[in-house]
Amino acid sequence: MGLFDRIKHAFTGNKPEEETKTEAKYDKGLEKSRKTFGERMNALFANFRSVDEDFFDDLEETLIGADVGFDMAVRISDELREEVKLRNAKSQQEVAQTIVEKLVDIYDEEGKDEKNSINFAPTGPTVILFVGVNGAGKTTTIGKLAHQYQEDGKKVVLAAGDTFRAAATEQLEVWGQRAGVPVVSGKAQSDPAAVVYDAVKKAKNEDFDVLLVDTAGRLQNKVNLMKELEKIKRVISREIPDAPQEVLLVLDATTGQNALIQAKQFKETTDVTGLVLTKLDGTAKGGIVLAIRNELHLPVKLVGLGEQIDDLQAFDPNEFVYGLFKGLITDEPAKENE
Amino acid sequence: MAFEGLTERLQNAMSKLRRKGKISESDVKDAMREIRLALLEADVNFGVVKDFVKTVRERAVGTEVLDSLSPAQQIVKIVDEELTKVMGEEAVPLNKSAHIPTIIMMVGLQGAGKTTTAAKLAGYLKKNDNARPLFIAADIYRPAAIDQLQTVARQVDAPVFEMGTDTDPREIVRQGLAKAAEDKNDYVIIDTAGRLQIDEKLMQELQDIKEIAKPDEILLTVDAMTGQNAANVAKSFDEQLTITGVVLTKLDGDTRGGAALSIRAVTGKPIKFTGQGEKLTDLDVFHPDRMANRILGMGDMLTLIEKAQTDYDEKKATALAEKMQENTFDFNDFIDQLDQVQNMGGVQDIMKMIPGMSKMPGIENVQMGPKEMGHMKAVVYSMTPAERTNPDILNPSRRRRIAAGSGRSIQEVNRMIKQFNESKKMMSKMSNGNFSGMDQMFGKGMSGRLGKMAMNSMVRKQKKNKRKQIKALRRRK
Repeated sequence: MGLFDRIKHAFTGNKPEEETKTEAKYDKGLEKSRKTFGERMNALFANFRSVDEDFFDDLEETLIGADVGFDMAVRISDELREEVKLRNAKSQQEVAQTIVEKLVDIYDEEGKDEKNSINFAPTGPTVILFVGVNGAGKTTTIGKLAHQYQEDGKKVVLAAGDTFRAAATEQLEVWGQRAGVPVVSGKAQSDPAAVVYDAVKKAKNEDFDVLLVDTAGRLQNKVNLMKELEKIKRVISREIPDAPQEVLLVLDATTGQNALIQAKQFKETTDVTGLVLTKLDGTAKGGIVLAIRNELHLPVKLVGLGEQIDDLQAFDPNEFVYGLFKGLITDEPAKENE
Repeated sequence: MAFEGLTERLQNAMSKLRRKGKISESDVKDAMREIRLALLEADVNFGVVKDFVKTVRERAVGTEVLDSLSPAQQIVKIVDEELTKVMGEEAVPLNKSAHIPTIIMMVGLQGAGKTTTAAKLAGYLKKNDNARPLFIAADIYRPAAIDQLQTVARQVDAPVFEMGTDTDPREIVRQGLAKAAEDKNDYVIIDTAGRLQIDEKLMQELQDIKEIAKPDEILLTVDAMTGQNAANVAKSFDEQLTITGVVLTKLDGDTRGGAALSIRAVTGKPIKFTGQGEKLTDLDVFHPDRMANRILGMGDMLTLIEKAQTDYDEKKATALAEKMQENTFDFNDFIDQLDQVQNMGGVQDIMKMIPGMSKMPGIENVQMGPKEMGHMKAVVYSMTPAERTNPDILNPSRRRRIAAGSGRSIQEVNRMIKQFNESKKMMSKMSNGNFSGMDQMFGKGMSGRLGKMAMNSMVRKQKKNKRKQIKALRRRK
């Protein structure tokens, strides 16, 4: 049974209502993303007259407008051209169904073998390295995550690896206080690798479960800064061979096509294992999740949905996609075509 | 990576168009599709792209095609011009209050770079304006935001007014302004907390601060890497606060910054500065035209187009010169005419055929046997090419040389040059369609339609030969 059918089932009433508190919150945070995506698609179908080039242009624009990503939008509309010809789809419903099927298919196919949870070391400390461009939300994410793990009864330590930006260490220290976890920090402008080294030592010697490493934001095209990141990672791996267990690229969800370049570059230098999508509560687009899966081949592991300390959620892609296509599949009386 | 993708796309479109001399509507449509996709890929908002493409399409259909530009290049040129137009033609300076202090308010999303930009701006003002700015730390939400501002403020050597994180930002601003008045600071920069445009509570706070401070400049700070959302953010901030300008940050990355275009198009507000690095001096005044090139990722291409345009102008100039040359009469033409006449069987024979010609006074002086013509040719062939095209330079010294070269007497050379000048006068009259002189010369015989037709055909033939000459000359060069 494909994902498409599963989604269909989910919305034809077979799914029991089991919304927990977190789910409700999650839903609320992403409500806007979903709503707008569905609205956009519905608006497109409402204006649908006939399948012609203008329609495909509109489709492309709608998809890009929903931040589905450029390549994916073009790919979908190209594949759809073929598909529509093959099936000789003419009515609005047929076309709508084909599009949604296509989206889901691509999403499903690209997402095989994806693991959306955080890897933990079987023994010894788990090291999670956070990387990303300036202002993506690395420090905030670390603060939220530290709080979460602390609540889970883990022993957490933070490393203030951003020695560059003004008051970045102080910022992390405030988060450390809020979450009640220790922070290893060095002097401003000192070598971040040294700070990280100290932190790794501390984590090892004092038997911490989790070490969260903050780094300075850097643009991916700055070679020297990327080298520095490489060094930090090397220092970690030297002390604990399997670490870092996770290298998480923190990505501002409002970023455009540049996100793909960021992912590529950071992946090259630090072997990124997953993504944290921040500020997702502000985007009116859910499509970014599709784009990331299609073009980055990196699993989204966490999503940031607000400024409060508990506004960080594990990410369930299927759940998200269910929501994304909710409004599009339920009103669909296209059964008899099959 | 993105750059290449775009250039490739445009070049693909061009290779399809390259051999077309004239752009048809459907060619434009194809090219527009490419440009549309290119812009979308550069993160320009899709709504903006739609309007933009429409304008360009309207302009592109029916414009005169420059010779040396392919139609596709021409379209790119129009795109570039329109891009620049949308983004504003030139840099817009900061607003300045008539009375001190000038109040600047920094607003934007989280992580856009407000605090860093505020510090850069202070540095810029100090350097260029000898300003004494005061910062007001109104971000009480993000941990260590005040520390950050204090650190960067120390680096640019400017004071910070702060009241910790427990006071309402409105109150902080109120007291900060009082402090600025007291200290006679000429600039006040208010650093506000990052916020989402949909956060009603925090947006209300900004509106209140605006009421209190009445800022001369509300700068929206936007991350240049922002995607489709940039337009929404800018629009929403503008609607709620009526921003006065935009600062685009993190442009030193490899983004193509389509956000710049979206923002300008959606809000109509100018982009005043760009942040291009992490150092506090890395703030630049925004130049819309340069950004247009960057968005299209084709600086080279535009230079090429510019060059093509100058080439085109040159070509036009040569053509014009040729045309003028066509209407002048030089020794090359003279020889050409002599040849023509010779082919017809000698001047005297021809003249005899023309009624009334024999009655012309002084006709007997015109000795134009084949031998005389040969002499004339010899004289002309003794001239340098420069002398042939420009007979005015024939001074006595040159004439002496020509006489020696052709083996004729100096008098004969002089007479020939005089004759040539007569012919020249006649030719220019003929080319202008003015036969009055000719009538006199040839008497009544040459009037009437038939005569005119004969004359016209001769002029045409002469022009045609002249063009051939010029062409041959150019080839030899």
